[in-house]
Amino acid sequence: MIGFLVRRILAAIPVLFGVATLVFFILRLLPGDPIALMLAGAPADEETMNNLRQQFGLDQPLIMQYFTFLGHIATGNFGQSFVRSEPVMGMIGEQFVSTLMLTLASTLIAVVLGAVLGVISAIHRNGWADFVIRIISLLGISMPTFWSGILLILIFSVHLNWFPATGSGGFSRLVLPACALGLVGAGFIVRMVRNSMLEVINEQFIMTLRSKGLSERIVMYQHALRNALIPAVTMVGVQIGELLAGAVIIETVFARQGLGRLIVDAIMNKDFPTVEGAVLFTAIVYVVVNILVDVSYSVIDPRVRTSN
Amino acid sequence: MEELLDVRDLTVDFMTKTGLLTAINEVSFHIKKGEIVCLVGESGSGKTITSLSIMRLIEHANGQIADGTIRFAQQDIAQMQQEEIRKIRGKKIAMIFQEPMTALDPVFTIGFQIMEVILRHEPVSKEDAWKRAVYLLQRVGIPEPKIRMNQYPHELSGGMRQRAMIAIALACNPELLIADEPTTALDVTIQSQILDLLRELKDEFQMSILLITHDLGVAAEMADRIIVMYTGRVVEQATVHQLFEQPYHPYTQGLLQSIPSIDVERGGRLHSIKGTIPSLTNLPSGCRFQPRCPHATLHCESHEPMLAELDGRQVACWHAKEIAERDKDGLLFQAKPASGEKQRAEAGTQEDPNRKVLIDVQDLKKYFPIKKGILNRVTGQIKAVDGVTFQIFQGETFGLVGESGCGKTTLGRTLLRLQQATSGRVLFEDRDLFQMNGKEMREARREMQIIFQDPYGSLNPRWTIGDIIEEPLRAHGSLQGQDLKYRVQELLEWVGLDPAWYKRYPHEFSGGQRQRIGIARAIALQPKFIVGDEAVSALDVSVQSQVINLLCDLQSKLGLTYLFIAHGLDVVRHISDRIGVMYLGKLVEVAPTDELFTHPTHPYTKALLSAIPVPNPERRRSSIKLEGEIPSPANPPSGCRFRTRCPAATERCKSEIPELKEVGKGHWVSCHFAM
Repeated sequence: MIGFLVRRILAAIPVLFGVATLVFFILRLLPGDPIALMLAGAPADEETMNNLRQQFGLDQPLIMQYFTFLGHIATGNFGQSFVRSEPVMGMIGEQFVSTLMLTLASTLIAVVLGAVLGVISAIHRNGWADFVIRIISLLGISMPTFWSGILLILIFSVHLNWFPATGSGGFSRLVLPACALGLVGAGFIVRMVRNSMLEVINEQFIMTLRSKGLSERIVMYQHALRNALIPAVTMVGVQIGELLAGAVIIETVFARQGLGRLIVDAIMNKDFPTVEGAVLFTAIVYVVVNILVDVSYSVIDPRVRTSN
Repeated sequence: MEELLDVRDLTVDFMTKTGLLTAINEVSFHIKKGEIVCLVGESGSGKTITSLSIMRLIEHANGQIADGTIRFAQQDIAQMQQEEIRKIRGKKIAMIFQEPMTALDPVFTIGFQIMEVILRHEPVSKEDAWKRAVYLLQRVGIPEPKIRMNQYPHELSGGMRQRAMIAIALACNPELLIADEPTTALDVTIQSQILDLLRELKDEFQMSILLITHDLGVAAEMADRIIVMYTGRVVEQATVHQLFEQPYHPYTQGLLQSIPSIDVERGGRLHSIKGTIPSLTNLPSGCRFQPRCPHATLHCESHEPMLAELDGRQVACWHAKEIAERDKDGLLFQAKPASGEKQRAEAGTQEDPNRKVLIDVQDLKKYFPIKKGILNRVTGQIKAVDGVTFQIFQGETFGLVGESGCGKTTLGRTLLRLQQATSGRVLFEDRDLFQMNGKEMREARREMQIIFQDPYGSLNPRWTIGDIIEEPLRAHGSLQGQDLKYRVQELLEWVGLDPAWYKRYPHEFSGGQRQRIGIARAIALQPKFIVGDEAVSALDVSVQSQVINLLCDLQSKLGLTYLFIAHGLDVVRHISDRIGVMYLGKLVEVAPTDELFTHPTHPYTKALLSAIPVPNPERRRSSIKLEGEIPSPANPPSGCRFRTRCPAATERCKSEIPELKEVGKGHWVSCHFAM
């Protein structure tokens, strides 16, 4: 197991290096001058601007900037924001809590809803319950989150007045954005769980379990589901990446604080260090989540445990 | 004896896209207390459906009981609610399934799966359930039961898993045990251990057993009474002695004659039932066996016979009485010795000192590395084939037998260079196969072909059978256009298929027909040498004998040389001139077939031979029992590899590796104590 972890962590290094390189050069390819934006149109002479360039190291040749950047991130230093002049790390930390809450809440919704509906759908294959669930899952997958988000605001905030429409902080402000985001994931997970459940239900051991006189509830939820979750867990890993990406949009729609908002604002302002830091940080989260997913395999599936 | 189970007129329908399909029809039988009843039949006969119906599990397999009663302990199971039947399942009626590999839930421990059924049905504490589970594991012969309790199914061998499955079934002292092909997936030595165990447990737990099997040898050995099924109907029901002494139904007769039994004369053609088992969607009119029956008359074509009492048994045949009268002496079903049409064993292979060596295998080794750790370092070797030397002569059939994991398949593939050998040489017509370059090897491949075990997995489902058979011809560029087509049609004819089926796809064919397609593909390039890797193992008995006959015919027609790999000794005996017995990567005995069967010398060969169930209830085995299972080839025992299971092992066997030495003419044995 330790060996497996070490290998996975080593394999993550080139991934993160690639992400860092891409985000660095793409940012610099974008048109517009960060210094000009920083001054927000205020009149400034050539000298002030040059001073600022020097201060942020933007006067160096691109390749030098790149290596300085690599050197910094290798030591865990993500630099200072151009706009707010504070360490990027701290800003990310501040915003990440909010995004983490959103991601966890929507993952919870996606997994619980996805697993339960997936099982029901598989058990009643081709029945009306299956039919309804499949339509819901299709809707969940195909509705863009910004649209379903607005729809949720309309129904639950404007008409029913159950939850506040926008802003961050507190459980009540988390419910709607988490639902909007979670529904997409649930849609995918329902399909995944349904398919793998259908496969598992036809396995011989399900007949063995029934021949022992166990109730259908135990056969399905204790035995079949645990087997069906093995392939579905991979999906969850991929989904968390989707959810992180979706957070960018949802945080804008619901005017929530968070990493997504941070990145969007930073891109608008061409705040290089903040974008770089936030993107890299997201990549790290994604890699860690996927390593955790692989580890969780061995928790669910004893066959993986011994081969490791 | 009191009746425990009484099934009357059981009819089961299946829901299909095109409507209801009747899978079994008016099946009636009973089981008495303490009795073993065998349900015998080929695939599609409805034996599994019958067993699932008794447990009412059939509803979970898309079926429904349309008619009939299943009386068990004064209740009609057919009328019960699922809630009620669940209290009987696992408690009064328990079941074991065919595939020990897939019959246990892979993500729960063995202990959990045994305790689960105890806790479901008995008002006991967890500790008591645990104790009982440990006792059961120990009782079914699993070593170190306490450790096994916490292990998962994949950590146990097939035989051990089947024992664990039996432990689950016995957990609540059931009155009836249904065993659906419990030993079909196991090796013969393990099969005989499991069958013995079932018999012991039957007496100890005072239960009845309904044993479902396609193997008449197993039935002869275990059964008190036998029920023969064909396409969803019972065709004959008799005591085991009645049935094997004189089967009345033509299907039972055909089935018994089709077995290449080790009791009957070798070398002749096998009897085979003509045609194939009809599908349930396309049943013949009248008697269902009528198109394949040698006694069929016009009456049989229009009227379906009912199961009727005759001489203390039940038969469903219009002509049962006449047939019974005529074959009173019981000779009909003894396989007749070859009527001069095929005496290939004597065709100069055995005695002729000038016979040519076609394949010369010299000290062949094939190791698979075991990789472990962060750096994938090689930490050990699985010695699948470990120094094997033998020769195959031109025109002969060399049989290779051994239990699974003994390396016989690897040997077959390595000697065709389908896998790279670790060391050793294989000479094909005196040329070293392993020294050949790409072009030479391609040329040599024309002469050496292989037929695989699985008739379903070895044909590309998206290609027509014409394309499949054509492929080797096209790859070697020998024929084109019309010539190619004619050649393929000729090949189809040779293997007994209609040339007009050229454009059909594999799924349109039955298992036996698919194996014929595989054979046509193998002989397309007119090879000299064919490896048949378990080529008939997956086929039903009546079809298996047809394919064996075909292989023999093609051999004399085309002068083929076969290496016939199989775990079924009876089949190998029938087809082979000489036989090699493998154990853990080594050849332990090589001898001409008759010599091997009359004077087996190696203790492993003896045990293997005595483990085969004989389809003759008068000769139930007094067999030499093999303890335990085949050790891991990654870590074989020192000295003689068989010593850990050998009843005659001594200190010498531990330290000294026995050489293969000649003990008689052409009879080689590797044992220190071979006479």
